[in-house]
Amino acid sequence: MKQETPQKPRVGLFVTCLVDLFRPTVGFAAVKLVEEAGCEVEVPMAQTCCGQPAYNSGDREDAVAIARTTIETFEDYDYVVAPSGSCAGMLRKHYPALFKGDAWEARAAAFSARVHELTSFLVDVMGMERVSAAHVGSVTYHDSCSGLRELGIAAQPRRLLSSVEGLELREMKDADVCCGFGGTFCVKYSDISNKIVEEKAANIAASGAETLLAGDLGCLMNMAGKLQRQGNAVRVRHVAEVLAGMDDGPAIGEGGR
Amino acid sequence: MQITSPAFKENARGALANPDLQKALGHVRLGFIDKRQKAVDALPEFDALRDSARAIKDHALAHLDLYLEAYEEKVKAAGGYVHWAPTAADARAVILEICRAAGARTVTKGKSMITEEIGLNAFLEKEGIRPVETDLGEYIIQLRGEHPSHIIAPAVHLTRDQVEADFRRAHDHLPVARDLSEPESLLAEARRVLRSQYFAADVGITGANFLVAETGSSVIVTNEGNGDLTQILPRVHVVVASIEKIVPTMEDMSQILRVLARSATGQDMSVYTTVSTGPRREGDPDGPEEYHVVLLDNGRSAMLGTEFQDMLRCIRCGACMNHCPVYHAVGGHAYGWVYPGPMGAVLTPSLIGVDKAGHLPNASTFCGRCEAVCPMHIPLPRMMRHWREREFSRGLNPAAQRYGLRAWAFFARRPRLYRLAVSLAIPVLSRLGRRRGRFRRLPLAGGWTRHRDLPAPESRTFLQQWRDRDAARQEARP
Ligand code: SF4
Repeated sequence: MKQETPQKPRVGLFVTCLVDLFRPTVGFAAVKLVEEAGCEVEVPMAQTCCGQPAYNSGDREDAVAIARTTIETFEDYDYVVAPSGSCAGMLRKHYPALFKGDAWEARAAAFSARVHELTSFLVDVMGMERVSAAHVGSVTYHDSCSGLRELGIAAQPRRLLSSVEGLELREMKDADVCCGFGGTFCVKYSDISNKIVEEKAANIAASGAETLLAGDLGCLMNMAGKLQRQGNAVRVRHVAEVLAGMDDGPAIGEGGR
Repeated sequence: MQITSPAFKENARGALANPDLQKALGHVRLGFIDKRQKAVDALPEFDALRDSARAIKDHALAHLDLYLEAYEEKVKAAGGYVHWAPTAADARAVILEICRAAGARTVTKGKSMITEEIGLNAFLEKEGIRPVETDLGEYIIQLRGEHPSHIIAPAVHLTRDQVEADFRRAHDHLPVARDLSEPESLLAEARRVLRSQYFAADVGITGANFLVAETGSSVIVTNEGNGDLTQILPRVHVVVASIEKIVPTMEDMSQILRVLARSATGQDMSVYTTVSTGPRREGDPDGPEEYHVVLLDNGRSAMLGTEFQDMLRCIRCGACMNHCPVYHAVGGHAYGWVYPGPMGAVLTPSLIGVDKAGHLPNASTFCGRCEAVCPMHIPLPRMMRHWREREFSRGLNPAAQRYGLRAWAFFARRPRLYRLAVSLAIPVLSRLGRRRGRFRRLPLAGGWTRHRDLPAPESRTFLQQWRDRDAARQEARP
């Protein structure tokens, strides 16, 4: 591939730990979309996690160590793309803060400037206007917090979704309100988290959509877990699965594999 | 006020199980957010105003000593007194002295979070002086012997029915037919009772939204006008304010005013903006004979120059809690001290110690909505994270959490080892969950599965599959 079209941008896929472990389909969907956008995708094996669990728990030392490894692994790519607003936000907005005043400051800044969340990369960087996928049915889209407020992701996924054949977007009430996931928050303060996700589940149900989409697997697992515990039949998928036309397998938390 | 912040989790559980509270909290979600949005949308320069409001406060904080001294000079020149109170106890002592000197038996009070912070009401009562709250919300809270659950809407945790019942209990002369179902009728009823108190009071105590260095004025904003009566009618007016309320000029004050009410209640301006400068002058139609300002530090100057300095920009508008999903879920009392919500999660550890208030900065999803609406651009999540860092480095968080985190980080820092571990574990988990696609229960995942199912891993890890795919591609190449 490389020899044929050497001018293609080289993209390092930061697959994110949750996608790697729980939902590989999202990784393959991301690869497909980024390739369709005209890039060459590589997936370095030395990746683990962006370090948010440490960073958000006040464990700066581990966060810095993980960030160093990530930067070393990815800094040679033209772009680094992650199918998650929260991990992309960590790489793009918080890594520079971790190395402020440090010998790595400039290196971290150079790395961070090349990091993008998937849908934002496709639309804002590669100028993608439509995808060639079909999905017959109604969906509703949840704006995950970090992507929305740190990276300004709201229009990009909706824009691409509007090009999916047969898809009807039914906005839910308070789509931009937190689902209660919050990383380790949902375990440390599970009762409060539960109250917040119940609220979210009610809004999802009220939208009448058959499928719930979002751009962050953590939030998706939280919402899917709640909907399924409630016996709600709404199906839950990462937005990339639909955009890539890779939505024929079981949805998140569905059996029968 | 008793501090229950260490019991945040239990407080929260109680709050979640309290149907009246949950009903009342629904109004927070409905009452504030849309109104603020409308007010913001109607003012194209709102964001520019936020920037300039931030700049004004940053400047004032950078020269806090100078502006405070200038302010003191002006207050004195206007015939008032300034009392510096390093701690809450100092502030209480000064106020008591003023009340005693005035021979006060009753004091009226305007709404003030600072007097909550220093526990003034309980203290005065113990000293035989009766404090009377004149703000409707505070009045209700006082009837109930409670504390405010919100910094601008103290009684927001109560339903209308609860409030009506309290009024019927306290105002037992009322005919049952008297309508008390609307805020207006409640306010009218409270006013009737309060009117006599205004005249009986020897001292009126108010807080301050701003202290203006240029003129030595203190400024309060209210919607009921009770603040005016509190400071005009009694013989002695005491302003209790914390040091970061200072702004250089009247012009600065009016700039910040433009974002304050919009952020708080969605009003362009509060109904009353009251400026007071010293005691009554010759020819003034009204005003107090004596004018005192008690300037409280109580830990604030120690925040200067630290990663928490930005918190001192706070103008107490309440927008952060109005937009906070955690506050919506549990209300203000769960936070266990005076200041709830995101601003409390940052400020409370500074004021009472992170050893007591450690839960507060942790009980956030970092959704960032607070920072997004804060008119003063205070980076609340970032500062909560700073608290978490301090707790972690002091070993204050629970041991199980620390070990879990360190164990995870041990692998996350070592990609080869991590790869090996997850390549073994994930396929097993995936196979276990194959039929249902999720787990209702799983060892060590109780925090998750108590309230929701846990989706099972789809298959082998993405990287396992990618490596195989890559290898196959390589082989397929000529
Ligand atoms: S932190 Fe910001 S939003 Fe919260 S009360 Fe203070 S000024 Fe208002």
